[in-house]
Amino acid sequence: MDQEKNAYPGESYNWFTPFNILTAIVLAVGLVLTILRFTQGIGAVTNLDNNNPWGLWIGFDLLCGVALAAGGFTTSAACYIFGLKRFHSAVRPAILTAFLGYALVVFALHYDVGRPWKLPYPIFVSQGTSSLLFEVGLCVFLYLTVLFIEWTPAAFEWLGFKGLRKMVVRLTLVLTIFGVVLSTLHQSSLGALFMIAPSKLHPLWYSGYLHVYFFISAIFAGLSMVIFEGTMAHKWLHDKMDDTHLAEADGVAFGFAKAASFIMMGYVGIKIIGLAVDNNWHYLGTGWGAWFLVELIGFVLFPAILYSAGAREKNLKLVRIAGIWTVLGIVLNRFNISMIAFNYHLPDADRYFPSIPEIGTTIFIVFVGITAYRFITAKMPILYEHPDYKDEH
Amino acid sequence: MAISRRKFLGCLTAAVGATTGVGSLAHAASNKAFKGYPDSFGVLHDSTKCIGCRKCEQACNEVNGLAKPEKPFDDLKVLEERRRTDEAAYTVVNKFGPTVFAKTQCNHCQEPACASACFVKAFKKDKTGAVIYDESLCVGCRYCMVACPFNVPAYTYNDPLTPKVTKCTLCHPRIIEGKLPGCVEICPKEALVFGKRADLVKLAWKRINQAPGHYVQHVYGEHEMGGTSWLYLSGIPFEQIGMREDLGTTSAPQLTSGALASVPIVVGLWPVLLTGVYAIAKRKDKIAKEEQDTAVKDAIDQATEEMNKQLTQLKDKMTKEQQTAVANEVKKALEEAAKKAEEEVEEAAKADTPDAGKEDE
Repeated sequence: MDQEKNAYPGESYNWFTPFNILTAIVLAVGLVLTILRFTQGIGAVTNLDNNNPWGLWIGFDLLCGVALAAGGFTTSAACYIFGLKRFHSAVRPAILTAFLGYALVVFALHYDVGRPWKLPYPIFVSQGTSSLLFEVGLCVFLYLTVLFIEWTPAAFEWLGFKGLRKMVVRLTLVLTIFGVVLSTLHQSSLGALFMIAPSKLHPLWYSGYLHVYFFISAIFAGLSMVIFEGTMAHKWLHDKMDDTHLAEADGVAFGFAKAASFIMMGYVGIKIIGLAVDNNWHYLGTGWGAWFLVELIGFVLFPAILYSAGAREKNLKLVRIAGIWTVLGIVLNRFNISMIAFNYHLPDADRYFPSIPEIGTTIFIVFVGITAYRFITAKMPILYEHPDYKDEH
Repeated sequence: MAISRRKFLGCLTAAVGATTGVGSLAHAASNKAFKGYPDSFGVLHDSTKCIGCRKCEQACNEVNGLAKPEKPFDDLKVLEERRRTDEAAYTVVNKFGPTVFAKTQCNHCQEPACASACFVKAFKKDKTGAVIYDESLCVGCRYCMVACPFNVPAYTYNDPLTPKVTKCTLCHPRIIEGKLPGCVEICPKEALVFGKRADLVKLAWKRINQAPGHYVQHVYGEHEMGGTSWLYLSGIPFEQIGMREDLGTTSAPQLTSGALASVPIVVGLWPVLLTGVYAIAKRKDKIAKEEQDTAVKDAIDQATEEMNKQLTQLKDKMTKEQQTAVANEVKKALEEAAKKAEEEVEEAAKADTPDAGKEDE
């Protein structure tokens, strides 16, 4: 890979591309919303109320953010623990996305909680160990640290700190195992958060297995995000990739498609077991039941079949469509549990729908992530290998 | 090494202490049920006696120093709409039908969902029975509001710097001074009775049994969500006075104890399992590499052998050919020599024919 191709855009770089202009507008609006949020209060920018304490910022920024950042632990586990070395070139982008994803989750929480400067309290001041949210908080805090360390070799290569890099690379296996343990815990605990409210979540979504569902769905969410990001990166960051990355990319997509399809079929199975265990079959005939089937068949079973067909026929386009579809399915599932099927018993007037500034803030946070990703992939060896460390593995 | 009797007993005490400690910690997942603090207080709300005068709302407002509402407390038109507790009202009375009223406030659960859900222990079930909130710890995640099955806690969403959760305190500061909660003290119809919860349960059942036709045969709060410090009596089904009858009797901490219990198991087992998977994968790679190496070596050996064989054959062949060639050459040479000799002989014979006899001599 020649260095000129990766060099940070110099004077000749055209800053005024449509996407850059859009980014600038979104970031500017986000800044205004941020000022509003912190000077006028949560009530001024959101539709949250006493019956609906959690809205889009938890439903999307936290629940979807964490689930979709699961690509980090799944990819690194596949490569370093299961020994599937052909996925090696996918690890760095996945770790970077996971790190940025978690960093943004924490960033977004600063908007949602009432007194964000107290966010360290659950860990350092008063530990509410009976709370699943404590479990989530502790794991996210630790995992963010792990992801940061896992990401540092890229930064060290960029900066030329060979000794430090070598030290961190030696920790790879331990960090990966730690990452899988922490991910298992907080991915599942996010689902278990809702187990305390059986009277508020519709029985089709409430289950004693909620934590298992969240963990399993996070795995295929992560795999699908890696495929989805690959699609995006190939479209927009093709010039940043080296031959190894390009050569392995299709194999990664097909391998992940096969794995995702398999896991999704298993997920459909345990969801049906959940229906049987709680004897919730009769709800399937109701409107909620139809909506539940849209989620389970339309957004899990269907993309799982697309995945398997795509992997079998080596049809990259099909795999990519399945990837986006699955990601949307995860978002739908998390929305259902946190917002749509939550408080299902309340009269329509008391139900929640996010406000425009709430949606704007969420879009702002997504764009902060995209901008950071573009900056880092432009500067650091993420989509290509640094020439000095090429033959190390 | 000698161990004194005193030391031994000391160790024993410590060991017993440790096991009892562990025992009490483990009780969340055991079959023991927490029955609440002994002698804790509660309030019995007999909704059949409530006349919807809103005096309790007024007293609550004053006792807690809350903002004055737009409409005065003697404006009973407020009762026409369904209201819930919020930052300006820790208790509200709602109207259900022409003469049926019911009061809502924090029920002060025996095992509160809010306290179980709080990740900074900002909620505490006090031994008086009150569930107390500590604003100084609260981060404002509002998980307590998600967790509360009665939808009681409210949040001051419009306060940018010091937002907090608000809810009834059971007038905890007044109780420890020996006073009654504000609402109980002011109630003109004795629809509210303050006392020890255990006594109130008995009182409630006594009232039901004395006038079975007057009451629904159920003391709401006796078992709901593991029991609450506030107890309710009603003349019509509780569902019709805005109280959910589908909450069950499982306390909130029990709902999540299973998921929480899986945490240490994952921490303990996952590293073992994953290291095992890693070792197997690595060993498979190693064996594959060994097999490959052996195969390559075998192939090379075989190829070398083959080559040697071919070479030998070639050599043999060549030697043979050479030999044949030499033999041929020799033969040729001999033949030629013989021929030459013959010719010479013939020539000589020709030349010496006359003297043939001489030669032979």
